[in-house]
Amino acid sequence: MMADTIWVWVELNQGKPFRGSLEVLSKAAQLGAAEAVVFGSGARAAAPTLGAYGASKVYVHDDAAYDDYMAMPAAATLGALIEQQRPALLLFATTYDGRDVAARLSPMLGSGLITDATDFSLNGGELRVSVPWGGENIVTATLVHNGTKLVLFRPKAFALEEHSGITPTVEEVQASIDPALLRARITRRVEQAAEGPGLEDAAIIVSGGRGLGKPENFSVVEALANVLGGAVGATRAVVDAGWVPYSYQVGQTGKTVKPTLYIAVGISGAIQHLAGMKGSKYIVAINRDENAPIFSAADLGVVGDALTIVPQLTEELKRRKAAGG
Amino acid sequence: MKICVCVKQIPDPNIEVSKLDPATNRLVRTGVSLVLDPGDEGGVEAALLLQEKHGGEVVAVSMGPQTAQEALRRTLAMGADGAILISDPALAGADSLGTARALAAAIGREQPDLVICATESTDGYTGMVPGGIAQLLGMPALTFAREISIDGDTCTIHRVTPTGYQVVEATLPVVITVASGAYTPRYPSMKGIMASKKKPLSVLSMADLGLNASEVGEAGAKERVVSVSKIEARAAGRVIKDDGAAAVAIADFLDQYKLL
Ligand SMILES: Cc1cc2nc3c(=O)[nH]c(=O)nc-3n(C[C@H](O)[C@H](O)[C@H](O)COP(=O)(O)OP(=O)(O)OC[C@H]3O[C@@H](n4cnc5c(N)ncnc54)[C@H](O)[C@@H]3O)c2cc1C
Ligand SMILES: Cc1cc2nc3c(=O)[nH]c(=O)nc-3n(C[C@H](O)[C@H](O)[C@H](O)COP(=O)(O)OP(=O)(O)OC[C@H]3O[C@@H](n4cnc5c(N)ncnc54)[C@H](O)[C@@H]3O)c2cc1C
Repeated sequence: MMADTIWVWVELNQGKPFRGSLEVLSKAAQLGAAEAVVFGSGARAAAPTLGAYGASKVYVHDDAAYDDYMAMPAAATLGALIEQQRPALLLFATTYDGRDVAARLSPMLGSGLITDATDFSLNGGELRVSVPWGGENIVTATLVHNGTKLVLFRPKAFALEEHSGITPTVEEVQASIDPALLRARITRRVEQAAEGPGLEDAAIIVSGGRGLGKPENFSVVEALANVLGGAVGATRAVVDAGWVPYSYQVGQTGKTVKPTLYIAVGISGAIQHLAGMKGSKYIVAINRDENAPIFSAADLGVVGDALTIVPQLTEELKRRKAAGG
Repeated sequence: MKICVCVKQIPDPNIEVSKLDPATNRLVRTGVSLVLDPGDEGGVEAALLLQEKHGGEVVAVSMGPQTAQEALRRTLAMGADGAILISDPALAGADSLGTARALAAAIGREQPDLVICATESTDGYTGMVPGGIAQLLGMPALTFAREISIDGDTCTIHRVTPTGYQVVEATLPVVITVASGAYTPRYPSMKGIMASKKKPLSVLSMADLGLNASEVGEAGAKERVVSVSKIEARAAGRVIKDDGAAAVAIADFLDQYKLL
């Protein structure tokens, strides 16, 4: 039993380590002996990068079988590796695939898991995990069993931190994938090209809510995001109404974002929406109703008609940018 | 075709912010109005649409206290054919693994072609139960579906991704999770409500399912809440009324904090 060994599951995104995985690795390396596990095409090539973010050892299985729908084969290989090496902890960044893999490992290993976490500590080997809950609480939880404990973290829970000088040992995982585990296949990938940065990575986000009145008016939000070089978000109300795709949704059942600036346009500020954007550094809100709950979270609140103010703001910013060069 | 749809009864998220009992750190479920999870209503809708197209049977499955029968009655009123409640005092305090084990035990007996869940519940939202069920039943789990179709014994979904979607297929049986908002649930009709009273709803104990308290209930739970604290409220900033100059005021604010 390697009591202090912390494993981080690293996901590849078009052959490159996913930023969220590197964030978790950065934190793990501060707390103990961090090792990374990475499967799929490009796994081997990713090892030096994982070393740079703190992995002293990298387990790789560079096999294209994982590039397709990976949950079943990845959980099988990972489960076997855990049985062999018994790390104390296995940490994930919350991604679509990471969630699927973790959900399978739990019953496979009889391991408990904690999801939606934002922080963790190990005091004398005792695990403490912070989970924001219900918009107003932080739950501190732990896992009480002997085997490997599984924890999934929200994106942006930790800062990226490079460590110089570590050249990780690379260990090739010996595994053969049972064809019976390749039962789900991706037959087509459709990219719905969004312009500008994605929500998770954006430094600036402009989000629209039902206060915009109708789908066509959503364009004022897009125009503002465009001049700011930011991403566009939305509330669940407008996503459910079909104005924009689900991938735009910010909140408890959508994305958690942490930009430097969040502009909420025609958004009431329901607790489920706040849960996803309260971590923004600066919040500006525009709402017609001076009692809208969003104002209690805003650094600058503007009571007024978004359909008048937002186009004016876009013009004003264009003017300043042109003047400022 | 047989479809099992997993549904959970939760405190009404539209009325109240869920609270934790300070003594047990469990969710407060008494003195609050309980509803069928809105996400699971979407799962029921998806199941009913598939049944309308392909025939067969829809069975709603829940784990929870006896009150969860009300949530199951609602699925019957929407159009499900039967319902199963797993209820046992020893199940209180189950974690996601215990929940998956209990649900998988009941679902396994039904031998469904398809199991439908929401991607995550609205109160606990670990999102780990469906994948757990799939693992325990040896099925693939196709997750984050916003469109489901069945052709012969092949199930195809559109799986939402951060940048678009994937078309994913697998041979039945499979577990599917539906993305939030992908299906707008129907309201039960008067006729549906009347008919639901005659539909079968069975209640199973842990013993009925051959489950052991050391594996599924609080005794078996691996996850423990140690403490709960309040998040410091974010201090509200300045609020101004638009008198025609709000756009300039916002631009000044952005300038001030070097956000341009
Ligand atoms: C289980 C559950 C999960 C949920 N998850 C999420 C989630 O992840 N994300 C999310 O966003 N929501 C979520 N919700 C929904 C949430 O509770 C709210 O219903 C939703 O956020 C409201 O969206 P909204 O602010 O766009 O609309 P509304 O609440 O309708 O607010 C519109 C606002 O616009 C203002 N307005 C109207 N006209 C104008 C105008 N011309 N100019 C300026 N302001 C104007 C109004 O004063 C009002 O405050 C969830 C709900 C439930 C029950
Ligand atoms: C604040 C809080 C935090 C928690 N954190 C954790 C944690 O980190 N780890 C952990 O293991 N447990 C945790 N739990 C306990 C967990 O919520 C319960 O174990 C719950 O029974 C199952 O998890 P879920 O609701 O999160 O399910 P999810 O996996 O989010 O639910 C997805 C879908 O699975 C189906 N489903 C889930 N539960 C049931 C059910 N009882 N009956 C029928 N269908 C169901 C539904 O279709 C549901 O939409 C937490 C609970 C609370 C209140």
